[in-house]
Amino acid sequence: MILKIDNLAFGYSSRPTLDKISFTVKRGEITVILGPNGVGKTTLLKCINAILKPSKGNVLVDGDAIASLDTLAIAKRIGYVAQYSEPSRVTAFDAILMGRRPHIRWRVSDKDLKIVDSAIKRLGLDHLALKYVDQMSGGELQKISLARALVQETDLLLLDEPTSSLDLKNQTEILGLIKRVVKEHNVAGVMTMHDLNSALRYADNYLFLKNGTIYGAGKVEEISPGMVESVYGIGVEILRHNGYPVIIPKDIQIEKAA
Amino acid sequence: MHFNDGGISRAYTAYIVRKTGFTLAMAGILAMMLILAISLGAVNIPFADVVKTLAGASVTRQFDIIVWNIRLPQALTAIVAGAGLAVSGAVMQSVLKNPLGSPFTLGISHAAAFGAAFSVMVMGSGSMASSFSDAVTITSPYVTTLAAFFFSMLAAGIITLVARIRNASPEVMVLTGVALGSLFTAATMLLQFFADDVQLSAMVFWTFGDVARTSWKELGFIALVTLVSLVFFLANAWNYNAADAGDETARGIGVRVERVRLMGMVMASLVSSVIIAFVGIIGFVGLVAPHMVRRLIGDDHRFLLPATAATGGVLLLASDTVARLILSPHILPVSVLTSFLGAPVFIYLIIKGYRR
Repeated sequence: MILKIDNLAFGYSSRPTLDKISFTVKRGEITVILGPNGVGKTTLLKCINAILKPSKGNVLVDGDAIASLDTLAIAKRIGYVAQYSEPSRVTAFDAILMGRRPHIRWRVSDKDLKIVDSAIKRLGLDHLALKYVDQMSGGELQKISLARALVQETDLLLLDEPTSSLDLKNQTEILGLIKRVVKEHNVAGVMTMHDLNSALRYADNYLFLKNGTIYGAGKVEEISPGMVESVYGIGVEILRHNGYPVIIPKDIQIEKAA
Repeated sequence: MHFNDGGISRAYTAYIVRKTGFTLAMAGILAMMLILAISLGAVNIPFADVVKTLAGASVTRQFDIIVWNIRLPQALTAIVAGAGLAVSGAVMQSVLKNPLGSPFTLGISHAAAFGAAFSVMVMGSGSMASSFSDAVTITSPYVTTLAAFFFSMLAAGIITLVARIRNASPEVMVLTGVALGSLFTAATMLLQFFADDVQLSAMVFWTFGDVARTSWKELGFIALVTLVSLVFFLANAWNYNAADAGDETARGIGVRVERVRLMGMVMASLVSSVIIAFVGIIGFVGLVAPHMVRRLIGDDHRFLLPATAATGGVLLLASDTVARLILSPHILPVSVLTSFLGAPVFIYLIIKGYRR
C-alpha cells in the first residue's frame, strides 16, 4: 500500500471543504479523482502532499505519516504535477533538472544530469532540451512538468488535471505516458480529471467526490450511469466500443436546467 | 522509480560552459573598465602606471595619492554598489514575480531619502558628505546615513510585514511598495517645504547618488554586506528558479515559497538599504542590469545572479567614469547619468515587451 488516506478532513477558513475521506492506492495503479467543479479535487491532492494541512485525519505514504516529514523529504516521496506552471526563460533541460532539487545539496551531480537526460529521451523531448520554456506550446510545457515530476524519482505521482489545456493528440500522448511510467516502474499515480472517457480508458480505480466527501470508489469498469448522474446531475449512457467504455451525455433541456 | 539509461548530454555541458563564459567575459570587461576608470580624470594616468601603482610599485607620489586615495575607492564603490543594486533588483523581480521590482520601484529609495531629509531637518545633522559640497559643511554624515538606513529598512519591513499577513503574495508586496514610496515622497516634500536654504540644499544633495562619498572603511562595510548577500542569493538560486515556475510547482519540489520570498526580500532590502544609505539614490541600475542579462542569457538564477552582479558593476562604473568626464571640469553625480540612461532603456523594455 503506497498511499493510505485515513478519515481526512479539510476546511478553508473553517468552512468544511473535505470530510471523511478514506482510501488507499496500490503500486502499479492509477487512481482518478472525479467530481464536479469546486468539489475539492485539487484540495485533496494538495492535502496529500502537505501543501495544505488537513484539519483532521492522516496521510500515510509507504507507512509514514506525511505530516511528520519536512518539505524536501516529502518531495523525495511524492512527485507533483501542478495544474498550471509558469513558463520562465530557462531551458527545458534546466526546468526538468529542477525536479532534482530535493536531491541536490550544492552542486548538480552527474547522476542528476543522467536522470534528466533519461527522462528527456523517455518523453521524446530531445529536440526541445536546450530551447527556452517560455517559447513552448501548452502540450510541450505539460510534458516538461511531467518530466520534472518523474525525475523526482518518487514512488507516488500526483497529477492535477494533467490534460486540461491540451488538444486531443497531446491528451492521449500524456495519459499514455503516465500509464506507461506507472506500469513500467511499478509506481502509483493519483490524478484529478474532468474527462470521464479518458478516466475510463487510462485509470484503474476511480473516486467520486460529491459535497466534499467520497460518493463512490472502485474499479473504473464498475462506474454506472446512475453514479455519474447523481454526481454530476446529468443523465448519461455508457456504451462499449472496441472494448473501451464510452460515456455519452444525454441532452439537457434548457428550461429544465434553469 | 529509476532512470538509469541516460548519459551526460554533451550539448548541455557545452551550453553550461557558454553561460559560465558570459559571466567570466563580463568579469573581464569589469577588470578592464576598472583600469580605464582609474586612468581617466583631471590628471590622466597611463594604463601601465595604473597597473604598476595597483600592484604596489610606486610610480610617482602624485599617482599613488590619486589612485589609492581618490580613484580606486570611488571606482570600487561604483562596482560594489552597481553589483549590489543590480543583484537585489534581480532577486526582487523574481521574488515579486514582477519585472519592475527594484529598490527604486518599491519605495525603499524614497524611504531612504526621507530618512536623510529627516536627519537633516529634525535631528540637525544639518549637512552632508558630498564630493562637491564646499557650500555644505559636513558635521555628522553618519547620522544621515543611519537615518536613511533606518527608514529604508522600515519601508522594507512594512512591505514584508504586510506580505506576511497576506501570505507573501507578489502583488501585495508591489502594491505596498508603491503606496509607501508615495507616502515617503510626500513626507520628504513636507520637510523640504519647511526647511531653510542650507537644510534644503543638504537634503537635495543627499538624493544625488554619488559613489565618491565613501571612504575605504565605508567601502569595506558595503562590500562585506554585498558579498554576504550574493552568497546567500546564490545558495537560493534553485529556489528562485522554482518560484519562477509557479508556487504550486515549487512546493511540489519541496521549496517553501513563502519563506524563500520573505528571506529574499529581507536580504535584497538590506543590501540595497546599506548601499543607498552610504551613496544616496542611484536609480535604474537595479532595473536595467538584470533585464539586460535576462535578455542575453535567460532567467536561470545560477547564471543570472553572478552575471547581473558583474554587469551592474560595469554599468555603474562606466556611468560614473562618464559622469566625471562629460562636463569636465565639472563632475556630475553618477545618479544623474544613470537616470538619463535608465529611463530610455526602461521605456524600451516596456515597448519591446517583458516576459514575466
